[in-house]
Amino acid sequence: MSTIQITINGTSQSLDVPPMKRLLDVLREDAHLTGTKEGCGEGECGACAVLMNGELVNSCLVPALHADGASVCTIEGVAPSAAAEGEPAHLHPIQQCFFENGGAQCGICTPGMILATHHLLDKYPNPTLEQIKEGLAGNLCRCTGYMRIFESVQKAAQALTTIST
Amino acid sequence: MRSDVTQYELTAPTTLAAVLAQLAAEPGKHTPIAGGTELMVALGVGRLAAKSLLSINHLKELRFIRVDDDAIHIGAGTTFTDIRRNADIARDLPLLASSASWTGSVANQNRGTLGGNICNASPAADTPPALLAYGATVTLISTNGTRTVPYTEFHLGYKRTALRPDELLHTITVPRTFAGWKQHIRKVGTRNAQAISKTALACLAKLDGETIAEIRIGAASLADRPLRCTGIEAALTGLSIAKADLEATVRAGRAALAFEAKPIDDIRSTGRYRSIVAANLLEEFLRSLVL
Ligand SMILES: Cc1cc2nc3c(=O)[nH]c(=O)nc-3n(C[C@H](O)[C@H](O)[C@H](O)COP(=O)(O)OP(=O)(O)OC[C@H]3O[C@@H](n4cnc5c(N)ncnc54)[C@H](O)[C@@H]3O)c2cc1C
Ligand code: FES
Ligand code: FES
Repeated sequence: MSTIQITINGTSQSLDVPPMKRLLDVLREDAHLTGTKEGCGEGECGACAVLMNGELVNSCLVPALHADGASVCTIEGVAPSAAAEGEPAHLHPIQQCFFENGGAQCGICTPGMILATHHLLDKYPNPTLEQIKEGLAGNLCRCTGYMRIFESVQKAAQALTTIST
Repeated sequence: MRSDVTQYELTAPTTLAAVLAQLAAEPGKHTPIAGGTELMVALGVGRLAAKSLLSINHLKELRFIRVDDDAIHIGAGTTFTDIRRNADIARDLPLLASSASWTGSVANQNRGTLGGNICNASPAADTPPALLAYGATVTLISTNGTRTVPYTEFHLGYKRTALRPDELLHTITVPRTFAGWKQHIRKVGTRNAQAISKTALACLAKLDGETIAEIRIGAASLADRPLRCTGIEAALTGLSIAKADLEATVRAGRAALAFEAKPIDDIRSTGRYRSIVAANLLEEFLRSLVL
């Protein structure tokens, strides 16, 4: 076992885990955050994508020890933290745009898609369709046919640039 | 079947010297892990034979891009994303920049390293053809010091390399003396992104008027290892690309390729298909020289 110090969605915690345990399983089983999904378990589908130190990674390919000292953002950390008790939680503009534009159907690919979109829009606030396709090429979706996802990302880019100007 | 992760050890010595000391103390016992985009896949499907892993992922000593007058020196721990973001590589080594840009997805490029791509030693890997065409050298390091060998001497056979059990790949050195050369690279796979190639060709040529003065070709999946195509190079050196000669030159290139290529059959393609596609890629390059 190894003790790793990991900051997940802003909260630092110390976890005792086998060093080769996949970050995906650490998040789901040890941190009890089941928003991160497993699709292929082989780096092909992006369902398990999270941000590690700001970079998009497939958590099924990251051994726990490589996340020691890292700051990880999962889908649970994307929305601004829920306001006072009783108030409705707000979605992040990216989530809101996926929701409004049919970017999510069954939802399995959605956490990874949202984080890949987050990473993409950090790099390219006004992405071209080609940049969107390339940025999301590692995220597979078997429901939407992708067009609605691309539209959701374009809408999210507009929403975010409007907010920041 | 998924592996039982509790059966595996992974440690992360804080310095390169400490990793090398451990490799030397128990040769063959430990397997280095960099980005893990090969080894973690093997773990996931229950095929990771190595039980003791030594992380080199965090070693800053292996993650650098240094430019001097004649060459660009790239640390083995440099990720594909690092390569894509580097302006010197984009300007001087476009074939390497392109190959990094289509190696897996963004998430894989953020973790996967150049050293891992080379040491994994797949004949289909994306960066070796470019490195072979550029005439790269590789520097290997152990507690006994370093040795530098031409990259053409690194791959010895299917998944066999010149690395000794106590050695790590440290630096890949690529000459940056190709100003004025024609450069071309193309990969053929099932889709543009994240598909291991069926075949790929990286080509460089220096023209003297309408004569091919020098030509360098690196190929993926045309042999049991990444291949520098010296036979095709010899056949094409000195040939003319003038209008009247082009068809004969193309025929000579295709014939030399058919002779030199010994592609493998595997799940991604047949050897026969690979040879034909590679010949088409070579022809595409030769015709592009005329423009
Ligand atoms: C979904 C997916 C898509 C992919 N697509 C492509 C593709 O399109 N093209 C392509 O070429 N590859 C592709 N790959 C394969 C892989 O991402 C690359 O080969 C990558 O470069 C491996 O680097 P790494 O650091 O992750 O290797 P690791 O898994 O850490 O290591 C790979 C091997 O190299 C050894 N090693 C690593 N660094 C050193 C060193 N410095 N010295 C000695 N030995 C070392 C390790 O011991 C191991 O045997 C893909 C992988 C996945 C999961
Ligand atoms: S589950 Fe990790 S990429 Fe598919
Ligand atoms: S919404 Fe079902 S896989 Fe994408």
